Amino acid sequence: MPAVHETVEQVRAIDVDQYKYGFVTDVEMDLAPKGLNEDIVRMISAKKGEPSWMTDWRLDAFRRWQTMREPQWARVDYPPIDFNEIHYYAAPKKNNAPKSLDEVDPAILDAYKKLGIPLREQEMLAGVQNSRVAVDAVFDSVSVVTTFKEELSKAGVIFCSMSEALREHPELVRKYLGTVVPVTDNYYATLNCAVFTDGSFVYIPKGVRCPMELSTYFRINEKNTGQFERTLIIAEEGSYVSYLEGCTAPQRDENQLHAAVVELVALDDAEIKYSTVQNWYPGDAEGKGGIYNFVTKRGDCRGRNSKISWTQVETGSSITWKYPSCILRGDGSRGEFYSIAVSNGRQQVDSGTKMIHLGKNTTSRIIAKGISAGRSNSTYRGLVSAHRKATNARNFTNCDSLLIGNKCGAHTVPYIESKNASAVFEHEATTSKISEDQLFYCMQRGLSAEEATALIVNGFVKDVLQQLPMEFAVEAQKLISISLEGSVG
Amino acid sequence: MLEIRNLHVKIEDKKILDGLTLTVNDGEVAAIMGPNGSGKSTLSYVIAGKEDYEVLDGEILLDGENVLEMDPDARAAAGLFLAFQYPLEIPGVATMSFLKAAMGAQRKARGEEELAVGEFLKRVRGAADKLGIPQDMLKRGLNVGFSGGEKKRMEILQMALLEPRFCILDETDSGLDIDALKVVSDGVNALRDGKRSFLVITHYQRLLNYIVPDSVHVMAHGKVVKSGGKELALELEANGYADYKTLAA
Ligand SMILES: Nc1ncnc2c1ncn2[C@@H]1O[C@H](COP(=O)(O)OP(=O)(O)OP(=O)(O)O)[C@@H](O)[C@H]1O
Ligand SMILES: [Mg+2]
Repeated sequence: MPAVHETVEQVRAIDVDQYKYGFVTDVEMDLAPKGLNEDIVRMISAKKGEPSWMTDWRLDAFRRWQTMREPQWARVDYPPIDFNEIHYYAAPKKNNAPKSLDEVDPAILDAYKKLGIPLREQEMLAGVQNSRVAVDAVFDSVSVVTTFKEELSKAGVIFCSMSEALREHPELVRKYLGTVVPVTDNYYATLNCAVFTDGSFVYIPKGVRCPMELSTYFRINEKNTGQFERTLIIAEEGSYVSYLEGCTAPQRDENQLHAAVVELVALDDAEIKYSTVQNWYPGDAEGKGGIYNFVTKRGDCRGRNSKISWTQVETGSSITWKYPSCILRGDGSRGEFYSIAVSNGRQQVDSGTKMIHLGKNTTSRIIAKGISAGRSNSTYRGLVSAHRKATNARNFTNCDSLLIGNKCGAHTVPYIESKNASAVFEHEATTSKISEDQLFYCMQRGLSAEEATALIVNGFVKDVLQQLPMEFAVEAQKLISISLEGSVG
Repeated sequence: MLEIRNLHVKIEDKKILDGLTLTVNDGEVAAIMGPNGSGKSTLSYVIAGKEDYEVLDGEILLDGENVLEMDPDARAAAGLFLAFQYPLEIPGVATMSFLKAAMGAQRKARGEEELAVGEFLKRVRGAADKLGIPQDMLKRGLNVGFSGGEKKRMEILQMALLEPRFCILDETDSGLDIDALKVVSDGVNALRDGKRSFLVITHYQRLLNYIVPDSVHVMAHGKVVKSGGKELALELEANGYADYKTLAA
């Protein structure tokens, strides 16, 4: 029948060409030799002109990392990674601390243009005034530019690359770095401590509401490199910031490692909203290539009535291993996690969150939506815990999976631990499938199979999409339908 | 005009339609009656293009065009509408959004411009009122938790909004209370304009008192075994299918 035939064609066609961001930019790079040892760690630190305490911190992490083992508990499957086959530093040669955009290699500017990321403030200002977003653009190992810095600094907000923060604000970095994710937290986080190359630093002073959205755009370009970025966001008492990160990479046959660490600190009455639109190259239909996204993200609600909210739309990477978490330390603090994880082809996702209730009257909310298509596999893994002193802790968890086709899988692994009798944790989970009959019904009304799938998927994820900043919700929605193209049948 | 010629259809090695021939002219209301399992729903699915069926022989022409070569959405755009015997639930998709998507897709396929939001809402509200469908039901997930009768009304609402050329109603009367039967029949009759055709599948002559057919066809063992005028339905009501079952075997 024609419909079957067309679906078969579409599934055949699903491949790299679905991924629109797979181009490679030709720039001259400054590459560290492959492999990892103390000299490489020293070299990275020296390249960045870091203070000696930072070099020592990295070396300490490296020595600890050598004694650690890769975690095995996640429901993902991949051949062992040879950590000596990776370049741990890759920076565009011409990018030696550019003072303005004019000094940045035009090829790089062009790359961001292709990705739809505006780096020129004038271009952004030409748009609608209130939808301005400040961008920090990270290209392989280094930040190439950060926009709107001046305007932000008028408000007292510091938004810069991590390297710059280490040079300009070492005391702030030293005070907070590694206080949310300890150096020895896990294998990849420890590796990151040793070799991280750049990332974003945000500091919002007391009582300040950050005047615009902040965002970082990560781009892996060079082959055989790892990207290890480090982000640190500090929201002082009574402040507010909304931050968004996006990421893409070229199509390559070999797998590439991305092991980031993100630390958030919210003090009394502060609020941090952290959104991610993750679209690393997912590999082809047979599972060749793609990014290993092994990421540690954690927020510390350190102050009273502070709030941290994670929103993520994950469509990329061949393997995702990530659990953005909240430590609800301050009394009355609140953690939120809203997630959409889309997997297709041979992608593997093991993701979820941890809500650690330490303080009194702490609340958390988890809404996780997994959509699996093709031969992909998706696991939601979540921990909600209440410690002895967490009187009146409350959590609500809702975890839904939607399956498209018969060859994909979805799993839910919730862990609940309560050491305080007054804690109330609610958990709801559903698994559903887009059935052939539903598709036929929609098609009988005139929708194509793809339109019908998109309609059903949009209905499934709308609660979470609403949590994204307006400017990105539409993009995220498009991204989801592109990721699912060719998944029907 | 819909012409079905010598249609043979099987599913999973089971032959269900066995040389069915039937013509429905423009403006005609044709009723199909027949025992359970005789293949009535199968016929409606095959006309609409459901995938699972294998057409072994025969053809289906809508205004001379072979619909068997078209995907279900193309058939819908060409004007075929099927009111399902068992409408599907689409969780998470508000009825209103579904209507908008379906109307939008069909208009696009026909090269028509999309309706302005105001005009769209006006049409939906008007049609819903006529069918006694409360507005807040349109905000709920399509058919999710709707009662049997509510689902049937929703099918007729979609039919009214999509303005098809050829409507198939598969047991739309089953599960309707007496008042609803009247409302739904009025809805169907309002769409009779002398050009639009209907294929009404039912087990009950009662429906045909409201939607008066031009022709009645008896189906048994996958083919039409007898055709006649509306009095044939009364005869069936009195005598049952016993004669036709043996006739077809
Ligand atoms: N997927 C299937 N596999 C095997 N047999 C099937 C399948 N679908 C339908 N059939 C069979 O085809 C025959 C015709 O079914 P159909 O639903 O068309 O009957 P019907 O005339 O609509 O009956 P009713 O009046 O009960 O609605 C039945 O015997 C049914 O069991
Ligand atoms: Mg039937």
